[in-house]
Amino acid sequence: MKFAVVVFPGSNCDVDMYHAIADELGEEVEYVWHDEDDLDRFDAILLPGGFSYGDYLRSGAIARFSKVMAAVKQAADAGKPVLGVCNGFQILLEAGLLPGAMRRNQGLKFICRPVQLTVENHETMFTSAYEKGEVITIPIAHGEGNYYCDEQTLERLVKNRQIVFRYHGENPNGSLADIAGIVNERGNVLGMMPHPERAVDALLGSADGLKLFRSIVNYWRETHVVTA
Amino acid sequence: MYKVKVYVTLRESVLDPQGIAVKGALHSLSYTEVKDVRIGKFMELVIEESDRDINELVREMCEKLLANPVIEDYRYEIEEAVAR
Repeated sequence: MKFAVVVFPGSNCDVDMYHAIADELGEEVEYVWHDEDDLDRFDAILLPGGFSYGDYLRSGAIARFSKVMAAVKQAADAGKPVLGVCNGFQILLEAGLLPGAMRRNQGLKFICRPVQLTVENHETMFTSAYEKGEVITIPIAHGEGNYYCDEQTLERLVKNRQIVFRYHGENPNGSLADIAGIVNERGNVLGMMPHPERAVDALLGSADGLKLFRSIVNYWRETHVVTA
Repeated sequence: MYKVKVYVTLRESVLDPQGIAVKGALHSLSYTEVKDVRIGKFMELVIEESDRDINELVREMCEKLLANPVIEDYRYEIEEAVAR
């Protein structure tokens, strides 16, 4: 299985993402610069965290118009797994691949610490390796993770089980309905504020993020590897 | 040449955490008359005349990029500026 890590000017979690896939997961991975327009050779697309284009105007607002985003949309339309973490989530929102928008954290501060999440839906291609309702520890690092959408959208998210992760216990940023991560209706585009790529080894404090990447690989094997 | 002033603010229905913090600060300075603070962005664009209608052009830019219609409202003023 081959992963793409898309790199925008200002991305800063791309190396962690690459490390998680290459060294912890043991799958193929390649960096893709934001001006590439072809992602056909990849099976899954990862949009890493950071501060693309300096977060100017709004987080993700400028990155969404970069050339590679048309190819990301194509991959999403083709049903390939697309994961956006932190700034990657913000870009997916701005691009309209996921519904809603981000506001400044309720407490106005940039927060960087591990938080607990509940796996709300363990039946997605990103979460099948988790137990139902599992509580996991994954770090967050953001100033704008206060998720917002209108009431009708929230109803839809709940009804379709699109809320994949919620903050467990304390909500660090004030996000609507404690939302930490959502998928699109089809279930192949996941955006989340917490950083699973920073939780792939007990040495780093938690290995709970690894199951997310394993789920993607399992999904891909089930759908692509034909047993003889 | 047009000089266009664009104002972007969070929608009324969207809680503005910065505005609330600033209101709190004003209250602590004893400006208790202040009932609401909304923080937004102010942008100044200089636009050359073209075949396109200036209103249409500015609205398009606001909706595509300058504001995020999910959480933000925008308004603008157009001034006809003299070329420097």
